[in-house]
Order: sequence, then C-alpha cells, then structure tokens
Amino acid sequence: MNWTGRRLPRTEDPALLRGEGAFTADLAAGARAVRFLRSPFAAGRILSIAAPDLPPGALLVTGADLEGVGAIRPELFRFNYRAIAQPVLPRERVHFVGQPIAAVVAATPEEAEDIAEAVLLDIEPEEAVVTIEDALRPGAPTLHAEAPGNVVVDGTIRHPDCEAAFARADRIVEFSLRSGRQNATPLEARAGLAAHDRATGRIRLTASCQMPHMLRTGIAALLGMAEADLQVVAPDVGGGFGQKMALFPEYPLLVWLARRHRGSFCWIEDRNENLIASAHSRDQIHHLRAAFAADGTLLGLEADILANTGAFSCYPTTCGVEPLMALAEYPGPYRLPTYSARARALATHTCPAAPYRGVSRPVVTFGLERLMDRAAAALGLDPVALRRRNLVTEFPHVTPTGLTLDQASYVEALDRAVEAADIPAFRARQEAARREGRYLGLGLAVFNERTGYGTPAFAARGMGIVPGYEVVDIAMTPAGEVEVRIGASPHGQGLRTALAQLAADRLGLDPSRIRVIHGDTDRTPYGWGSFASRGAVIAGGATQLAADKLAARLRRAAARLLQAEPDSVTLRDGAAWAGEASIPLTEIARRVHQRSEQLSDLGGFNLAETASYDPGGTFSNACHVAEVEVDAETGHVRILRFLVVEDAGRLLNPLIADGQVHGGVAQGIANALLEEVLYAPDGNPLTGSLADYLPPSAAEIPHIEIIHMETESPETLTGAKGLGEGGAIGAPAAIANAISDALSPFGVDIAELPATPARIRALIRNAR
Amino acid sequence: MSKMPIRLTVNGVPHEVAVEPRRSLADTLRDECGLTGTHLGCEHGVCGACTVLLEGEPVRACLLFGVQADGRAVRTVEGLAAADGTLDPLQRAFWENHGLQCGFCTPGFLMLATWMLEQPEPVDEARLRHVLSSNLCRCTGYQNILKSVRAAAQALGKWTEVAPVR
Repeated sequence: MNWTGRRLPRTEDPALLRGEGAFTADLAAGARAVRFLRSPFAAGRILSIAAPDLPPGALLVTGADLEGVGAIRPELFRFNYRAIAQPVLPRERVHFVGQPIAAVVAATPEEAEDIAEAVLLDIEPEEAVVTIEDALRPGAPTLHAEAPGNVVVDGTIRHPDCEAAFARADRIVEFSLRSGRQNATPLEARAGLAAHDRATGRIRLTASCQMPHMLRTGIAALLGMAEADLQVVAPDVGGGFGQKMALFPEYPLLVWLARRHRGSFCWIEDRNENLIASAHSRDQIHHLRAAFAADGTLLGLEADILANTGAFSCYPTTCGVEPLMALAEYPGPYRLPTYSARARALATHTCPAAPYRGVSRPVVTFGLERLMDRAAAALGLDPVALRRRNLVTEFPHVTPTGLTLDQASYVEALDRAVEAADIPAFRARQEAARREGRYLGLGLAVFNERTGYGTPAFAARGMGIVPGYEVVDIAMTPAGEVEVRIGASPHGQGLRTALAQLAADRLGLDPSRIRVIHGDTDRTPYGWGSFASRGAVIAGGATQLAADKLAARLRRAAARLLQAEPDSVTLRDGAAWAGEASIPLTEIARRVHQRSEQLSDLGGFNLAETASYDPGGTFSNACHVAEVEVDAETGHVRILRFLVVEDAGRLLNPLIADGQVHGGVAQGIANALLEEVLYAPDGNPLTGSLADYLPPSAAEIPHIEIIHMETESPETLTGAKGLGEGGAIGAPAAIANAISDALSPFGVDIAELPATPARIRALIRNAR
Repeated sequence: MSKMPIRLTVNGVPHEVAVEPRRSLADTLRDECGLTGTHLGCEHGVCGACTVLLEGEPVRACLLFGVQADGRAVRTVEGLAAADGTLDPLQRAFWENHGLQCGFCTPGFLMLATWMLEQPEPVDEARLRHVLSSNLCRCTGYQNILKSVRAAAQALGKWTEVAPVR
C-alpha cells in the first residue's frame, strides 16, 4: 500500500472541527492575566513610570525590576552586522510605538487593562526615524550607538566583470521599486502561558510559537536559568507564517513572572498589539540596473537593496534575514553571468521586522519579473521569449552567488503556464475590451524558491545561532503503534498526517497506527521548527531515515522469530513476511517488550531509533499567471483568473499541497493589492485594526487553478521540495505585471506594492 | 466591578453564570461556560472567528455582551458534532475537502455556514461567496472552505446552480 502521495484527509482535523483544539488561550483557566503597557511614542526617554494604587494581588513590573535579566541580542558574524540589543523591558528609552515597557498582572484581563490605563507614563518624546529615507538622511538620529548611520547590516557582492557587461550591453534597464510593509497576521495572535510547577520547580511555557526548542534556549539564557528547568509547549497554533519564529520580549517576561511569583501567568495578545507590536516585514526599496544584449540575453545585474528592519534585530534570524536573502537570491531562476549588489538593513523607530512567508523573495520576484517585462518592452521582444532565453535549463547550475540549483522545470513550467493561459485568446479579449474602454491585463511570474535548506545555508549567512537540521525519535509501543517524535513544530501544515504517510510506507503499517508528536520540548528531540518551506523536506527526510532504521530492527526481530534471514524479510500490511511465513508487527512489538528472553541473543534489543537530517537544500519552482481587469476610473483591480504551475518535487499529500498553494497565493494577492502597514511621519502606526489593515476575504480571492509538476529532487531524501512559501512569492509579481499590462495604453508601470486604487489612480493621472 | 447573574442556554444545555456587564459574550462562553471552541481573532467584529448563533442568527460573540444573551439560546461549534464525537455533514465536508489548516477560524466558518444551510433559500455560488466573505481565514485562501460548504450544501440538497429569484 502506497500511502505517500495520497490525498489523505488530515488526522489533525476532527478535534479542530469539533472546537476541541487546544490553543494557548484555551488553556489559561486559573492563570493570572498579564497586560503589557506599550510605548505611545516612537522615540523617547523614559522619565518615570508611576504605579497607581494597586489592588491586592496586582503587580506592576518595569525594567527596573528585571535586575540580571539579559537583553535579546542575536548575532551575525558577517556582512558588517552590528549587534543591537533589545531589553525585555526598557529602562531608559523607547524605540517604537507598541514596545512593551511595563507589565500589569491582575486576576482578570479586564482588571489588568483597568490598572494599565491608570499607570502614569512620563516619556519625553524624541525625533523619530520612520522610513528608509529618514534612516539614511545625513544627521538623522541614531537608534543604536552600535549602528552608526542606522545601518545594522551592510553586505556586498562584487563581481569584477560586472562593469564590462554593462559596457558591452545593447540596452540597460534601470528602475526602483518599493514594497510596502506587511504584517503576517496569523488569525490567532501571539499568546503565552507560563506556569510554575511547585513539585519540580520547573516552568512550563505554553506559547503560540513556531520554534519551541529555540524559544526555550533563548529564554533560559536571558533569565540565567537552567534550560532543563524550562519546558516550552507549542499547542495548537493558529497560524504563524514566520511571525511566530521570533523570541519576543513578552515570553521571557512571562517566565520571569512564573519563577518569581511561583504561579501561572497568561498573556493573550489582542489584535491591535499584534498589528503594531509583533513583527512586520517586506518594507524594502530595491534599485535595479540590468544589462541586456539586443537578442534579450541578460548580461549582468546590479542591485541596491534597502530594508527597513525596525527598531531591533529579531532572534534568532537577525534583521539580516530580509536584505541578505535578497542579496543571495536575486539571480532567481535566470542565467546571470555577472552580478554586483549591496544589501543593507536599516534601523528605524518602527516595529521590528521578522521573517514572513517568502521573506524577501516576493519583493525579489516583483523586481526580477518587472525587469523581464520592462526589458522585453525596451527591446521590442516577446516577454515569454525573453524569459525562456534566460531561464536556467541545465542542472546543476551554480548561480553567481554560489548557490547550486538542482533539477527543476523552469522553462517547462513556463511553457505549461503559457499554454494553459492561452495568451493569444487573452490578447483577443484584451483588444475587444479596450475598444469598450475596459482594461484587461495578463501578467506572468516565473521564480524559484530555495527550500528545505539545512545548516550550511544558515551558516553561510554567518548566523550566531545556526538552525537547519531536524531530529526524529521513533519507537514502537508494546501494543505495536509507532510514535514519531519530531523536533519541528507545525502550525497548520498537516505534518502529523504527511509524516505518518511517509513512515507508514517505510514500515508497512497503516498511518492510523502512527502518532506524530510535536511541539513539546519535554517530549521531542531538539529541533528547529516549521519555517522556510522545510517540513516535508527536512522533518520528512529525518522521519524517513528514522522509519527505515526502525524497519531494519523489525526485520531483524522478525528474522529471529521466523527463523529467516533479515534480508529476506519484508514489511507490509502490518506484518513481517519471509516467504509465506509472517508475523504481525504487533506480535513482534509484544515479544520485544514483554518476552525479550526470546530475543536475548540479539542483545539488549529494542524498537527505538533516532535519525537526524541536514540537507543542503533544494529549489522548487513555479510560474504564476494573473489575469486582471483594472477600472481606470477608480483604480480598482479585479482578478479574473489566477493560475499556478507549481513544481515542488514529489508531493507527499496533494490535498495538503494544494492548500498550501491556495493560502500562499491569497497572501500574495493581499500583498499585491490590499495589505500595508502605515505609519504617520512621527512614527505612530495608522493601521492598528483590521478595519485599516486589510487581509482579504473570500470576496477578494479568486478561484486558484493549480497544475502540479513533480521534478523529484536528487538533493532530498523524500524527493519532495518545499512549497509552503511559493504561493506568496509569485502572486505579487504576476499581479503587478498584469496591472502594468492592462494599463500599458497609459504607459503605467507598477513599481510599488500594494497597488492600491489610490496609487493606481495617481499613476494614471501622472501618466496622462 | 459587580457581576450580574444571567441564564442562557448553550447547545441546549442551561447555564447559570455571573458575569461583569462589560464581559463579552465570547468571553462568557469561553470563561464562564468553559466552551473554548469559540475563538477570538480580533475582538472588533471583523474576523468572525467568534461567530455563534444567537436565537438562530449568526452574531459576532465579541461584539455582544454576555448579559445580552440572558434568557436566550446560543449555539456554538461544540454543539455541531454528535455526543459521541461523530462529525456532522458540514464538519465532515470540511474534513474531506481540507477546509481548514490551522483551524483557528474554523469554528466561526462552521457556525456561519450552518446558519446559511439552515435557511429556506437554496445556496448558489454567488450567495456562498457573499455569505462566507463575512469571515477571515489566513491559511486556506478560502478555496477549500468554499468547496467544503458547497459539498455540504449539495449533500443536504441545498445547492442550486441557478441563482434564486429574489
């Protein structure tokens, strides 16, 4: 029975459907409520924090109480990184609106809010640095003395022959683009519950997080406590998309409270806090300059990448994650002979940046795919032909930044997409519509997505903390079920189901007999989490390795019990077979555990194994096609069709894979058209509710057509490539290209996202 | 702040609880009735994760006070499945069609769709999308939620390919 590759409904779902899931807030009964006081100023000096008369049992905690608590200070040993520190609660200065500056504890959330409102904060406001332009302005205030000029990361790649490529170019295409700031907006905001266990003195932190093991390591170090005395649990987690990777100051404060006051303390973030004070991303400006030959061959590329990474540097990835990913991955799926680039992270008095689905690649793809369309227009070539001419076709291919592209289907995916989109028919519709004064457009985005990368990729960034491997412990119970304990920690991706499918095939067992256990540092081996499109590749690879090792043990025991050679034993249908003879795996499990004297000559035999997997990484790829209609009078964009040709290698569960693509595309559409975190010039956030920050509803997201290709990666054990982020990467570029195509009669070029009605109207007005 | 005693019926079960007048219906259900299936995504009436049925009508439980439910009947996600946990046809359709990922918004969508499927008028594509656009989901891109509800409507004989005349 082949379980892998089947559209198996998820084992995660029944409890969630009955409303019996256990999210952090669902577990908070009996805990005291924590409310954070947050800075109302973007920049300022704290003069005093005066507590009102506190009712009995209530507490006010400020930075002055946290003697001996360390600051969050992730390290990067390359790219001129300046290590900047984020205090758990600041004593001297505030650095962004929303920064936690004190915590109130009371019996109920309502009471804690009442007390928090009565606290007198005396803060002397100072000049705020809000935008990229502000940060770079000569004489601008400096956020951190360690980072002069507000430059926290400054990485460069220089190829000596780049200038020569531009000298011999027939055409140079040059432009700037801007990506608005986004918030990942998981539907469950952050939440933490720290509970002191009097019997053991240990603390259990239940938190809506993506990296429980890392959180434990980070908090223990900040508080100077034994890591073994802290258990971190990620229960059901209501989405993360990268935002919940970071070590936020709220969590160590909860653990500090639980230790100091020997009780349970719960903080449930509200939506306003999440929108202004969790983590933002994608606030970038890129300047691109590309050299082309007359036939459309790309000769060279220069990129200047600026990322507004906010007030602090997120732990563990650092604020280098956005600019340095753009620096390393700008060449994308294209053959690029020479490349020079500079990438900077700039500190501003805004909410800190953290990874968000795709990290910099939605912006990079927006840049590269606008470049392809602009170059085609400048050279009078067909944009599909221009892409085809430059896409990498021979693998492995080493990019100018030293990345090795494994087997992929860049041209094939483009061709499939072009065929399915039926461009000639679209052009006819477009012509007819234009005669009626309606503006239709079609846009393509071809991209690759580096996925499933282990420690080498993170180490190359010079990270002080190098994530990447995953460990899986596997064991068979005496009753014959299999427990798979994974260090990774999913939050909606269905790993419990997909990994059980993988293990089921290796063990000849029904997946219903397999339990995947995750999200608990007491019950799982040290590992990293679910991010960077890595679950199917890395946790999957480690699961496969561990299951193979357990299968070998089962075969060995079966051989002994059936008096056969281990090599002749196969596992299928829940039994071990040697020729006609067989023994159920449940019977092997029982004998190994309870009648081990029958296997005494195997010597201390058991049914437990562990495996670790740390791959170099792979690249999935896709081509997105968007067909839009733009209302030239209102600037409103309607998506008429959205098509994805996706190649993520072998699909472990196509049902789940499709869901990942749908969700990613929806977030990409939001990035292209709707969502933008806005700040006033003084650093006050203007998008503090879901009435101002606009995640799309079912009314804005069209039907998404998916065509899968399955180029199996030789670089991964499972043959799978990651696909969690791809949807979000391609959609913004495809839509920007489609809008630009629709508005080509006006000469409009979309160079800023989201392309809101106001921006589109301004472009049309200025063009006229 | 002083508390007010209220009586409400949740999923057919009577509850007598005392709540502060400012406590939302969602918090009342979660904290006083112990029914944590109703989730809070925004607490300002946009996301719809807290959608419950009050006297048969879908409401945002974050925008009502618990005291407003005094003497009234509420249905929450916990009331959909059978006592032995067997999923109802709508829940089953969500399961089979991968209509959920993280599952946080799911209770709200289930209650909204339950209401829609209990109305006398049949459901067509436009009404499906219109009603379900009341709530937010961040994981699924809505496609499989729409597919799930469409499948449930078909199974329950509530689906029509033609828009009803209004």
